[in-house]
Amino acid sequence: MTATRRRIGGFVAVGLLVALVLAFAVSRFASSEPDGLEKVAADQGIDTGATDHALADGPFADYSTKGVDDPGQGKGIAGVVGVVVTFAIAGGVAFVVTRRTPADRPAS
Amino acid sequence: MHIPDGFIDTPVAVAAGVVAAGGVALALAKADQDDLQDRAAMTGLVAAFVFAAQMLNFPVAGGTSGHLLGGLLAAVLVGPWLGSLALTVVLVVQALLFADGGVSALGLNIVNMAFVPAFVGYGLFRLARLVLPRSRPGVLAATAAAAFASVVLAALAFTVEYALGGNGVEPASTVGAAMVGVHVLIGIGEAVLTTLTVGAVLASRPDLVFGARDLHGKPALAGAGP
Repeated sequence: MTATRRRIGGFVAVGLLVALVLAFAVSRFASSEPDGLEKVAADQGIDTGATDHALADGPFADYSTKGVDDPGQGKGIAGVVGVVVTFAIAGGVAFVVTRRTPADRPAS
Repeated sequence: MHIPDGFIDTPVAVAAGVVAAGGVALALAKADQDDLQDRAAMTGLVAAFVFAAQMLNFPVAGGTSGHLLGGLLAAVLVGPWLGSLALTVVLVVQALLFADGGVSALGLNIVNMAFVPAFVGYGLFRLARLVLPRSRPGVLAATAAAAFASVVLAALAFTVEYALGGNGVEPASTVGAAMVGVHVLIGIGEAVLTTLTVGAVLASRPDLVFGARDLHGKPALAGAGP
């Protein structure tokens, strides 16, 4: 493993860039039709118990950005925030729970 | 497929929360078994990519849309333990920051969209790899089949939750048939997008695909990982 180990900085940078472009620039062209669950729930009347989201007044609720009037732009900004936050938290969690890298392991 | 607050009654939502919390605790404890390099950066990247992809609803038939769920994708790229953790982070951030998926339904959504795809879906991926050629096309075919199945399985998981605690009068069989019907179509999209993504990584950095480690000189599929 150590012999074939290659650096991944460039790969991660390109991957993050792709995610940021999708979230910022492409998300505004996404379909706004209800998703599969929402459609089935509406058709079958099983959404009668649904309540408003507890955090519906948050600054990025429903992928919009408070204070940004253009919905596409607001969605794009919310998307960038989401990409950065998920990267940081998921990366941080994985860092903490996998401190030993494969290269650190004693040879078996 | 994010369940809002109030779709499923409180006892079932709480039970799912307990199951999800147990699953997360297990995944945190077992994450070290997903033996790949630079796991923190890769897990962060997978979560960020799935978050972005989940914003991109694509139209399917009849005024309905779907989006990548990404659980099977995450498991193939970083392994089922880290993959389920990546999806859990995505779902928590969506519920708390973007009001997408109810806070009280978080356990249900983590079970359906993190654990079912990353474990049941990944198990099907492993089974498919056993019968398919040990090659890149074999990996991609297994990816496509398991990605499709993971979406249908998530729809079935919702149906079980509805049967146990749904706030509706329609029988679960009717709801389940409708859920599976539309998610078969969304599952085709999942298969296409997941296969394209895994194919792109295999073409550029094949050593970074956890589910294809055995193609690159690792005696994988045995040893580490479930």
